[in-house]
Amino acid sequence: MSITPELGAVGFLRWIWRQLTSMRIALILLLLLGVAAIPGSIFPQRSQNPMKVQEFFTNNPQLARWLDRVKIFDVYSSPWFSAIYLLLFISLVGCVLPRTLEHLKAIGAKPPLTPKFLDRMEFHNDLDQNPSSLDVAEKWLKKNHFRVRREANSISAEKGYLRETGNLLFHLSLLLILVAVGVGSLYGSKGEAILNVGERFINTPTSYDNITFGKFQREGSLIPFSLNITNFVATYDPATNAPTDYKLTVQSANPIGSKPITRIIKVNSPLTFASTKIYLQANGYSPVVTVRHKSGKVVFSGPVVFLPQDGNLTSVGAIKVPDMKPQIGFVATFLPTADRSAARGAFSSYPEVLDPRLLLSVWAGNLGLDSGVPQSVYRINTSKMTRIGLKALALNQSYDFGEGSITFDGWKSWVNLQIVDDPGKMYALAGGLLAVLGLLISLFTRQRRIWVKISDRVEVAGLAKNGVPGLKEEVEALVKVLKG
Amino acid sequence: MAVYTIAFFAHAIEVAFSVRNNAENDQTKFDFSRTERSGRIGSAMMTLAFILLFAGVIFRGLSAHRVPWGNMYEFSITGALAFSGAYLFALKKYKLRWLGLPVSIAVLLTLGTAVTLLYRPSAPLVPALKSTWLAIHVSAAIVSGGVFLLANAVAATYLILDRIEEKGPRPAWALRLPSLEVLDQLSYRLVAFVFPLWTFAVIAGAIWAESAWGRYWGWDPKETWAFITWVAYAAYLHARVTIGWRGRRAAWLCLFAGSTFLFNYVYVNIWGTGRHTYSGL
Ligand code: HEM
Repeated sequence: MSITPELGAVGFLRWIWRQLTSMRIALILLLLLGVAAIPGSIFPQRSQNPMKVQEFFTNNPQLARWLDRVKIFDVYSSPWFSAIYLLLFISLVGCVLPRTLEHLKAIGAKPPLTPKFLDRMEFHNDLDQNPSSLDVAEKWLKKNHFRVRREANSISAEKGYLRETGNLLFHLSLLLILVAVGVGSLYGSKGEAILNVGERFINTPTSYDNITFGKFQREGSLIPFSLNITNFVATYDPATNAPTDYKLTVQSANPIGSKPITRIIKVNSPLTFASTKIYLQANGYSPVVTVRHKSGKVVFSGPVVFLPQDGNLTSVGAIKVPDMKPQIGFVATFLPTADRSAARGAFSSYPEVLDPRLLLSVWAGNLGLDSGVPQSVYRINTSKMTRIGLKALALNQSYDFGEGSITFDGWKSWVNLQIVDDPGKMYALAGGLLAVLGLLISLFTRQRRIWVKISDRVEVAGLAKNGVPGLKEEVEALVKVLKG
Repeated sequence: MAVYTIAFFAHAIEVAFSVRNNAENDQTKFDFSRTERSGRIGSAMMTLAFILLFAGVIFRGLSAHRVPWGNMYEFSITGALAFSGAYLFALKKYKLRWLGLPVSIAVLLTLGTAVTLLYRPSAPLVPALKSTWLAIHVSAAIVSGGVFLLANAVAATYLILDRIEEKGPRPAWALRLPSLEVLDQLSYRLVAFVFPLWTFAVIAGAIWAESAWGRYWGWDPKETWAFITWVAYAAYLHARVTIGWRGRRAAWLCLFAGSTFLFNYVYVNIWGTGRHTYSGL
């Protein structure tokens, strides 16, 4: 017999499909997925902590290049990880869909025929002949919500179909979760914006400090809302300096221009507009300064965002004044509650503003802003500058550095808002909850069959799926009823 | 207040468990009728200790004005509570008294470590931990953990007895233990019972992460290992239900799955770098 190449190919595909949907392969894939997730918890991941990855590269450049080639720093988006879960997804579909159809058919169907040899079953009982046995048994089984199939001289009864229903619900929910995750990453967006108290945010791509879109998400699809940052309060535990609460008050308008509503955002309670959520991610201080040219003209005025360096919010930043000749830059440290020790020099001893200081070193020269290379707003490249002064300012003090003067007028709080649009989220949640429901149903439903058969004697036997306990008692109860 | 409470219940438990241990040791003299009483005393002590520990955990919560699940000390004492609770729960249903000795030793070790190495004075939570979902997530996770570990204890007993029976009849001290089939079935029942709870714990964690960090899943080490544990137990259930693994192979798989849970708890909490690691353990 010869096999045409065509049939061979089809046969091969069919073989692959059968393998993929076999329980053994599903099990292996499941375990493999678990194992494949491990490296991502051991090696730093780009998606979470790019700095740590950088560090790893600096410390072990040789090893890092090798690991990078197999995507050890991007495990969860790597081809091999994706391959495993896609295969599992296919396996799940191939396994669950046919079973769902079968189950739907089985819902209306009768229990299977009574097997020939009942004495091989569990809990087999022999009773004396009694012509009314079947009627009695049928009545009892129906009363106990068994599904009954009555034949000439036997009864086949089954109970616990819900087990399969729950099981299928569980697996279908897993599919729903996987689809939802996909939708979220293809159609979502995620961005961040740093705002001082008093500022206004309008939800357009240019308002963000950074924003990324899913593959199929269009920029114009951002929800048109605006936020006015009206107040931010951080409270701390005086004993440990640890934060105890952050509370951000905003005036939100959706759409822009509509009547603003006062809303509160906290760490665990974001602000929601449809599938878009606004989270309070981080906060810090922006010292407010005024810089005057020696002629008296104001060349810079306002708050400048500084980056916190420690739990007590010692913050560093840069104030750049390009509109002076020469250009002026201040490399600065803001201390909310100034303290001083021999070992550490000046530092902050409490995260709230109790006794603020602004430490400045003044640089004159070329800030390098027109070189085309993007610059950090928190740093100054001082390679083409010279230092012309050094000063610590208390609130409302000024410092005259020759070319002009700087006044420390006050401070504002800033907040870092994370704005996330994930349209798949609700489906993932629904999938999760349904999965639990399905599990509960399937794991706590006992599926079992009971048979009664009349020949020269009366036989009673049962079979429980997975050998779950409890059937013995049921069979005994039935036997008792039959004995009268 | 907190120190007083801890000293109080730590001592109460030390005493209670040493009584328990003595009681169990008596049984090794093989005169079961004579030790029946000491076994009962042991169970009673176990229950008393559980109540005291429960009170201790509650007091801890009261003294901190929040749910007592903010750091590893608190996780450990609550975990020990869940573990002994799971034991007591199954004790009635499955005649589990033979497990009393290993359970009490494990609980004592956990509490000992918690009180000596992990103790921190009670303090308020950082803002990210202030959430109803935290309470739900952590309590579900801790209870699941307690039952998983109990299933592990049963599976380990299975493997030990299996090895012993291979060599010959059971020695006298092991006569009281149930048959291998019962052990095998018991560890499966325990896992099947809490797997939905664990699934729920993971989902509650995702809901909390979503409201705190703006994403429900981020492959943070803690999340990753929770996922690995989930997958491992799902594989265990499949191996049993659909392929029909029993006995030794199933027990090893159960132990493996349980160890991923322990690994998550110990390793990721202490050396991990993810967002779940809050200062001071
Ligand atoms: C993400 C992966 C999966 C998880 C977490 C999972 C989980 C589960 C759980 C918890 C059960 C219930 C066990 C019990 O009744 O005690 C189960 C049963 C089952 N699973 Fe899966 N499963 C997964 C993937 C798959 C795949 C890919 C297939 C198909 C190849 C599959 C086929 C089955 C079957 C046929 C049952 C029926 C067991 C019975 O006879 O009741 N599962 N699964």
